[in-house]
Amino acid sequence: MRPRSFEYLRPSSVKEAIGFLKDYGEEARVLAGGQSLIPIMKLRLASPHVLIDIGRIPGLSFIREEGDVLRIGAMTRHRDLEQTSLVRNRYPLLADAAHSLGDPQVRNLGTIGGSVAHADPASDWGAALMAFDTTLVVTGPKGNRTLSIDDFFREPFVTALEPTEVLTEIQIPKTVAHSGGAYLKLKRKTGDFATVAVAAQVELDGRGAIAKARIGLAAMGPTPLRARRAEEHLTGRMPNPATLAEGARLAAEGVRPTRDLRGGVEHKRAMVEVYTRRALEKAVERARR
Amino acid sequence: MAMKPGGKEQGRGASARTKEIGRHRVAVTVNGRTYEREVEPRLLLVDFIRDHLRLVGTNEGCDTTHCGACTVLLDGHAVKSCTMFAVQADGSEITTIEGLAAHGRLHPLQEAFRENHGLQCGFCTPGVVLAASELLRVNPKPTEEEIRVAISGNLCRCTGYVNIVKSVSAAASRAGGG
Amino acid sequence: MAQLMGESVPRTEDERFLTGRGAYVANMLPEGTVFAKFVRSTYAHARILHIDTARAAALPGVLGVFTAADLKGEIGSIFTAWLIPNSNLKTPPYSALAKDVVRYAGEAVAVVVAEDPYVAEDARELVEVTYDPLPVVVDGEAAMKAGGPPLHAEAPNNIAFHWVNAGIGDVDAVFKEADVLMSQRFVSQRLQPSAMEPRAAIAQYEPGTKGLTLHVTSQNPHVHRLVLSLVLGVPEQRFRVVAPDVGGGFGSKIPVYPWEAVVCWLAMRLGRPVKWVEDRTENFLATTHGRDQVQYVDLAAKKDGTILGIKVKVVANMGAYLSTAAPGIPTILFGFMPGGCYAIKAGKVEVTGVFTNTTPVDAYRGAGRPEALFIIERMVDILARKLGMDPAELRRKNLIPADKFPYQTALGLVYDSGNYERAMRKALDIVGYEKLRQEQGQARKEERLMGIGLSTYVEVCGLAPSAVSTGTGFQGGLWGSSTVRLSPTGKATVYTGAHPHGQGEETTFAQIVSTELGLPLADIDVVHGDTKATPMGMGTYGSRATAVEGGSIALSARKVREKARKIAGHLLEVSEDDLEFVDGKFTVKGVPTKGKTIQEIAWAAYMAGSMPKGVEPILEASTFYDPENFVFPFGTHICVVDVDKETGQVSIRRYVAVDDCGVQINPMIVEGQVHGGVLQGLAQAMLEQAVYDEHGNLLTSNFLEYLVPSSLEAPRIETDSTVTPSPHNPIGVKGVGETGAIASSQAFVNAVCDALAPYGVVHIDMPVTPEKVWKAIHGKTG
Repeated sequence: MRPRSFEYLRPSSVKEAIGFLKDYGEEARVLAGGQSLIPIMKLRLASPHVLIDIGRIPGLSFIREEGDVLRIGAMTRHRDLEQTSLVRNRYPLLADAAHSLGDPQVRNLGTIGGSVAHADPASDWGAALMAFDTTLVVTGPKGNRTLSIDDFFREPFVTALEPTEVLTEIQIPKTVAHSGGAYLKLKRKTGDFATVAVAAQVELDGRGAIAKARIGLAAMGPTPLRARRAEEHLTGRMPNPATLAEGARLAAEGVRPTRDLRGGVEHKRAMVEVYTRRALEKAVERARR
Repeated sequence: MAMKPGGKEQGRGASARTKEIGRHRVAVTVNGRTYEREVEPRLLLVDFIRDHLRLVGTNEGCDTTHCGACTVLLDGHAVKSCTMFAVQADGSEITTIEGLAAHGRLHPLQEAFRENHGLQCGFCTPGVVLAASELLRVNPKPTEEEIRVAISGNLCRCTGYVNIVKSVSAAASRAGGG
Repeated sequence: MAQLMGESVPRTEDERFLTGRGAYVANMLPEGTVFAKFVRSTYAHARILHIDTARAAALPGVLGVFTAADLKGEIGSIFTAWLIPNSNLKTPPYSALAKDVVRYAGEAVAVVVAEDPYVAEDARELVEVTYDPLPVVVDGEAAMKAGGPPLHAEAPNNIAFHWVNAGIGDVDAVFKEADVLMSQRFVSQRLQPSAMEPRAAIAQYEPGTKGLTLHVTSQNPHVHRLVLSLVLGVPEQRFRVVAPDVGGGFGSKIPVYPWEAVVCWLAMRLGRPVKWVEDRTENFLATTHGRDQVQYVDLAAKKDGTILGIKVKVVANMGAYLSTAAPGIPTILFGFMPGGCYAIKAGKVEVTGVFTNTTPVDAYRGAGRPEALFIIERMVDILARKLGMDPAELRRKNLIPADKFPYQTALGLVYDSGNYERAMRKALDIVGYEKLRQEQGQARKEERLMGIGLSTYVEVCGLAPSAVSTGTGFQGGLWGSSTVRLSPTGKATVYTGAHPHGQGEETTFAQIVSTELGLPLADIDVVHGDTKATPMGMGTYGSRATAVEGGSIALSARKVREKARKIAGHLLEVSEDDLEFVDGKFTVKGVPTKGKTIQEIAWAAYMAGSMPKGVEPILEASTFYDPENFVFPFGTHICVVDVDKETGQVSIRRYVAVDDCGVQINPMIVEGQVHGGVLQGLAQAMLEQAVYDEHGNLLTSNFLEYLVPSSLEAPRIETDSTVTPSPHNPIGVKGVGETGAIASSQAFVNAVCDALAPYGVVHIDMPVTPEKVWKAIHGKTG
């Protein structure tokens, strides 16, 4: 199917993009990689009157560590997060998430910023970024502001972004020694959204106990979620099988999955438990390397 | 899509919009030749290639960005041309299946697909071959698993993928890959 | 010289597909083309109160918007062409555009024609249809009991037909002899064929000659011409139908669709070429679905494992209307096969076809045989477990022995040839069966789950002896047709009634001719798919092209060769019996220097200066070959799986297919057909299902929800073969296009149930999802 008509604008700077957003308000949508937006426009489920293509704005696609932060530009393609050795080596959870998403062609065009701003409750990036103390840098008419990932997702497809703001950067605290993470996704087949997906990032202390743990869950509610009770249980404990199992159990207890074509409630909840445990095991294993 | 029992079905606003929308000039280099055209913003890249440039080797098999039959190379990367607007491709270099063979000789992938029966009805073939061409460019000696990942965005209903994988592997082996 | 039967020759058709020159219908854009888009019902059952086309028609660029009222009866009912006898078959009308009532979500109620396809979609949205909803029923069994007005007044209780194959022999007596009686319910779930090329049609009308030309994605252009000629009132001789390159069909491009008729009508009315290309959503809503049977099976056996008899009762969901071949699929093509490869004594099959508010159901790869072989092969495994017998051993005990062919089955067919035990033994050897069972024994001690699933199959294809096809109500003989014509310079053109759409017959048919006439492939062209060029032809489906159309070609080529022999004898002044034909040359026996090449004969036949008495000029011959029987390929597939206990995920460790399709023209192409068929059958077993909600909305209307396997869901497939020629076929070939899909679903389900045997699992309905497996392991119900 083909989309309805729209006006197309191609700003050459973030400032110009924001100016367009001010001019057109609710009628306008930002076009990043288009791999979430264009399919729904083709089905005529979304029909913005104006598309603001930020794909040519320089300086929005980058991955680099600076100071104590990993900085990722919003227009960074999934492919780059999948393949860049900095990410694979030091933030393997992010590389896992990138690899699990879509297919190679979608990963070539889709962007992390576009995916995060689109805020599909089943989206991989939402859950993956929740496993870190992620900060989102958002630019609007009054300049930049930062948001915690924990405050970013409001409802399905609704975020804390104001209509005149653009997500420009994602920042993750630089990982320290003895930290590791993993993203495990249960899906019916390649390219599907998660039936269940778990992002687990841990930091171990000097004696090998879990100093910090964050667990992000996809497709378990109207937004990506954190498994906070599981995180609390894990913190300070040695990562032995019993502890990880209990963490997983708590994560599963805390979710309210819905029945759909991807499965029933009981199975999904059970899979949250299995996948949380397995993600934690892998995270710990990577942390110990 | 949910449906409420009873009631009217009608469209919204399509007629009002079309009158106002301006056309944009795009310049795209396809298979080494530059084309300049004026297009509506909503014109999909696949329609631009097929209907405006009449390069009909690129096929369209679905409407939800799954099947990959529309895959082309955009600045060297495999993309689904049904999920891009032609205006987004302004200034880019595109390779379609028609551009793969150079100087009348088949690309090693095309040779390998033929020798190894990597196609049956042929509809998915242009997309699969182009996706595989990106793989071989960045990874001249892929494993079977890497091949399967590289073509995982291309659906084939005829071959069961067995001979497609075999063909890509064979292409990698000959001529030192790529 | 070329003798290419049996050679894995690379395909001659590949060049155009590999270079982007495939001639698919959607690639055509004749001068002046306008674009049609159909407005389709979003209600599964409703009265149409009003259709307001004014806003749509007023959109700039729109040529017109048409509804059933505009057709004024100029398009007849889209009739079904398989009138199965003795079944109380009801054939309610199917309007090209819905008149008054819509009966499935996706049925077309109007059509928009515009100068640009984008504008056509804009206009489509502006058509306002007012519906008055009616009760919806989507399940076949529920539809039979629904009460209230049926979908069609002429079909009370929504029953389309009731068909029985009582078999030969006394099934009740046989059941009384049994030590073991087993009953089981199976479901062969509804599928969406999902050929990668969506359907398309372009109609052009030439007023000067009153000639109508239709380019259409069809597996059988002559059938389209015949049916549409009757539906549109356009005489056949002025109606040309062309199916150029078609991107897969799997049965879904056999039927004649209402929208194809509408496109023709529009072209005649508007005087411009009218092009329609469906999008994938439309394809899923309005292209025929496959399978959809609920099956109740009773098996009678002795405690030593001898299978005595089988009774099958099926409810077949036909959808809202009867599609072109639909009535014959769950009856004629299904109902003679549930005995499988076994020497059972009696059987009975009863099928009730039911109308529901869903997309019409018709043939899909295997068309009736996957449903039948699934039944018997699952029952055999269930019986084996019940008796504590090894499933291979139980099969071996019951397989029809190799020396009993041709074999009259209790269900009424005569299997032409077979050696089932040999194929099974080969498969068991390749997979290392004994070692796998040992490994399984060890795995069970360690509480690891692995399973081995066998699937022996025989199937009926090479459709069909015409007496049987017409005798079973099919409105057509299923003979094969061909003309083999040599040009003056000895180049061969083969005109065939087949229409390959991926199966490689441009190559394999050329291989037949190369062998019969000693010509190189480069000198042979195969023409198909155009009613203007080829003899009347019945098309490609039902694994008929190689056996029946290929058989016809072999016979035509032999006629050409025999005519050439006569001419050679005449020119060389020897008797025909003194000539031998080797490598494309007739030579006098014992005098190898004295001879004539076939090219020289072709020239002589063109010049016709000196011809033997009674022999006409030009080397050309035609054959309408009516096979004396079906052909019966067979084989054994084995699937080995490992199951993750925690998640229910099943991974296929190995898949081995040993198939016997008789003589193989091109082993590489044979193998390709097996690969593709196997994956489609596995996809039914693991992934695919067409799902309706209770309002009749198709929930799986795109590739996000309708799950066809990608390269990452597809296993490696190992193939091997045995060769047991068909004794009645001119080249000894059978068919192989559908065997993979006929064997593989039950191989997978048998493997999973075998893995889960420690939990007492008897059966899991397809698709066998991880959730279903997990529930079976963890003892959950519902």
